[in-house]
Amino acid sequence: MREHRHLRNVATLAYNPNLCTGCGMCAEVCPHAVFSIQDKKARVGDRDLCMECGACAKNCPFAAISVRPGVGCAWAILISEIKGREAPTCGCPE
Amino acid sequence: MADPNADQKKDFEKDEQRATRPSCESSPEFCGRTSGQGKEEKYHEESKQWIERLTVTPVGPIPVVRTKLGRQDILGKVKVRFGIGRMSYKIKPGLYAVGNPGPGSPVLVSANYKLSFDTLRSKLAGLDAWILVLDTKGINVWCAAGKGTFGTEELVYRIEDSALNRVVSHRTVILPQLGAPGVAAHEVARQTRFKVIYGPVRAADINNFLTAGMKATPEMRLVKFGLKDRFVLTALELANPFKYLVVATAVLWILSLLGLHLFSWKGWYPYLGAILIGAFLVPVLLPWIPGRAFAWKGWLLGILWAAWANIHHGLVPLTPSSWQPALVYFLLLPAISAFLAMGFTGSSTYTSLSGVLKEMRYAVPAILASASIGIVFLAIVFIRAL
Repeated sequence: MREHRHLRNVATLAYNPNLCTGCGMCAEVCPHAVFSIQDKKARVGDRDLCMECGACAKNCPFAAISVRPGVGCAWAILISEIKGREAPTCGCPE
Repeated sequence: MADPNADQKKDFEKDEQRATRPSCESSPEFCGRTSGQGKEEKYHEESKQWIERLTVTPVGPIPVVRTKLGRQDILGKVKVRFGIGRMSYKIKPGLYAVGNPGPGSPVLVSANYKLSFDTLRSKLAGLDAWILVLDTKGINVWCAAGKGTFGTEELVYRIEDSALNRVVSHRTVILPQLGAPGVAAHEVARQTRFKVIYGPVRAADINNFLTAGMKATPEMRLVKFGLKDRFVLTALELANPFKYLVVATAVLWILSLLGLHLFSWKGWYPYLGAILIGAFLVPVLLPWIPGRAFAWKGWLLGILWAAWANIHHGLVPLTPSSWQPALVYFLLLPAISAFLAMGFTGSSTYTSLSGVLKEMRYAVPAILASASIGIVFLAIVFIRAL
């Protein structure tokens, strides 16, 4: 299977290794294997694979990770722009 | 000293409002819809179709669900794939069972979108387990996790409401990994004493996950977006533009009956093709089309299609009388396919909010400009033809 890739250098993922205890939760929840644990510390691999789902930040008990979570969905973004200040949400047209 | 990341930080803070309310994708795979608020909740009928019997537990009778999908389940699945009744395809939250579970059996947590629940139970043949269904308002796990309805608060509430500690003797709940964006495992443990273990992404791997002693392989942790996934998702992508196309065709056809001959199959099929390219061909061929931005991929195939349509209509090579209608196709067709292809970002499993925002910053103005100029020339061509 060919690997999918969207734009480069856009992810808001930020990680502070000083706060990391190497518990491994981030590596467990990331659906794109951005994190790995090496020498009892989390390590960020390919940031361009991050889809900003926010699972790592939410599940880090030591707040070592931050990311602006959101929907990578053009419809949702368009609808939220049209409706005003509302955050992009699931705008599934029915 | 100046902070090199200051700008980024500022953007980050500016978007914090957005960040506190993350939400979900537009794909049917990952999405359902919130129901009207304040209304009495209507849930899918608890019929023999999917509930086999009741089992007695210390907290009362619990429905035991079938692991084989019935005809109605499959029909329901096909319907929601095309966007029919998707917002009300939900089951009652609470505790369910498969097989003959006892106090030691694992607890699997799921969403109350019936499509998600059906997928889960259809992969549990031969297992004895409890299923704790959260009230996600009929939205699938991933989407609901983004919205926060598949979240810490609801999970904590549902564990207590179902008196799970009286049903099972252990203190572990297994969540689908894609629920992780909504749930802070450490918070759940703090508030309920139940340990959250993230299971595999796909329900099909649950059996192997349990057999391996609740260990997921790296493979089980990865979200994929294969040809089949993309193909299935195009059903909904096509359903919506086709609604508009049918209306537009009907209007033009009626006008042509009234003597205003705007409609001809030959003039119309290039638009049909542009829709098929954006909503079907680009999603299916996604990784093989050069470039990264979805809109670009749609534009690229759209412009090739426009060139072909123009050749087929004998408008190319351009002449003083043919350049205007040719330009209409060159401007409108790629704009249509680029726009629809861009919409598929929501169905994809790898685009980020930041990525799509960046793509749209360039794509939306370009599409609007192309479409507007195209419509102006279309009007000119029509007026001349009258």
